[in-house]
Amino acid sequence: MSQTQATIPLFPPILARALRVVPLPPLSLSLTAYSRKIAKNHPGLFRRLGEFDHTPFVLDPTDLPFVICLDPNGGVPRVTVVRGKGEGAARISGPLAALIGLVHGAYDGDALFFSRDLVVEGDTGAALALRNAVDDAELDLAQEIASITGPLARPLHHIIEFTQRRTGVCLTRPDEAEAW
Amino acid sequence: MVMEIVCPAGTPASLRAAVKAGAHTIYCGFNDETNARNFPGLNFDRTEMREGIAFAHSHVSKVLIAINTFPRAGDEGVWHRAVADAESCGADAVILADPGLLDYAACNHPHLRRHLSVQAAAANADIINYYAKVFDVKRVVLPRVLSVPEISAINAETEVETEVFVFGGLCVMAEGRCSLSSYATGLSPNMNGVCSPASHVEYHEDNGALDARLGGYTIHRVGQNEPAPYPTLCKGCFGAKDTTGHLFEDPVSLNAEQLIPQLQKAGVTALKIEGRQRSRSYVAQVVRNFRAAVDALEAGQPMPEGMLARLSEGQAMTTGAYKKTWR
Repeated sequence: MSQTQATIPLFPPILARALRVVPLPPLSLSLTAYSRKIAKNHPGLFRRLGEFDHTPFVLDPTDLPFVICLDPNGGVPRVTVVRGKGEGAARISGPLAALIGLVHGAYDGDALFFSRDLVVEGDTGAALALRNAVDDAELDLAQEIASITGPLARPLHHIIEFTQRRTGVCLTRPDEAEAW
Repeated sequence: MVMEIVCPAGTPASLRAAVKAGAHTIYCGFNDETNARNFPGLNFDRTEMREGIAFAHSHVSKVLIAINTFPRAGDEGVWHRAVADAESCGADAVILADPGLLDYAACNHPHLRRHLSVQAAAANADIINYYAKVFDVKRVVLPRVLSVPEISAINAETEVETEVFVFGGLCVMAEGRCSLSSYATGLSPNMNGVCSPASHVEYHEDNGALDARLGGYTIHRVGQNEPAPYPTLCKGCFGAKDTTGHLFEDPVSLNAEQLIPQLQKAGVTALKIEGRQRSRSYVAQVVRNFRAAVDALEAGQPMPEGMLARLSEGQAMTTGAYKKTWR
């Protein structure tokens, strides 16, 4: 086992089994709205995608029973959650915690590639552009959720903090001095 | 005199991370073919460069702009504009490789400090002194083919500052002279700024084994629990007669951290970290590590043990040519 594998938590299998019966259309709609909020707050992310800003991606959390199909659509993204392999020009696969950690800058993408925690298939140039664009955007997914949940933001923040402490999954953008 | 840590930044976020982590100097490039890391989603447009330099200067860090590919005949203007824009953005120096471009910069932007890129492969005092005399080059980045005694010999015969790589991807060839990537893809780091361009790379995972193809050629296959290397020909695994192996170079990263005291004695001014294609997480971790090492050296303390193996290609490290055990 690689050094990084040892530190990347896996989604609990019992919860993953429960997700098999979750209806996916509402999840797709929610993630589309969420990704459009992110796009509005971080237009530079889509500029940095350059020629790949209409390239369909498959994000494959290998410990979940579905994949996330992301169409950047020139800055008005569409997200579809599907069971099975999904279709896209580039596929990025890895444990959910690794994918979220990459977004938050907690992990280095090349290091995850060396350790085989992350696998890229299809259009490698597109995958690289997405990785670099996301890394530069300095996203905080928890902060983005808080900005659309109104009065629920504070209790949600506590839940996210608690979950992060208990699971070791990097659910927020870490303080740079602590993370590195 | 504290040795200068020269750190890579492929994006504005990485530049800020490097500054906050304690880099004395950051090197980066424009988002075009003028620099040797012309990868998708990477590098700086002119506005980002200007803002990045202002941020670095506000934290007393310097920024060097790499314009270190070789201008294409008939399109020299692209490279000339990059030099002019580097000066107007406030860069502390430009890193150049092509003698024609060095001449252009010296004649048209005489106050813009010039460093000689590793791409120029200047590996002895005579050629370094020539670049200093003709183009007023102030610093040379030495190619990764020299031993510590050879670096010491160079410094004894030149007033030009020397900068050496201490961490990151390791080219087996003398830089600026490698065309391996061109044979498989038609594109090279020297002319196009890309070694093994991502547009020509394909990975396939099959029952846990990972195949990497470059320009349609399978260049290595790793088993389920083996670390993956970069998809470069020089790190490829090939069969020749009855032998299968890494004929050019094993997939390892350079780490000369423990050689820093010797490099200082050899007269080296600056320590360079490779990896403009890496994330801000990598940048910050490596900078913190090396900053701690040079600070310890300055304080007369032993070199701290590093924690950088997991960031290394093949998850393995070498001291490269600095110690001639490197094959």
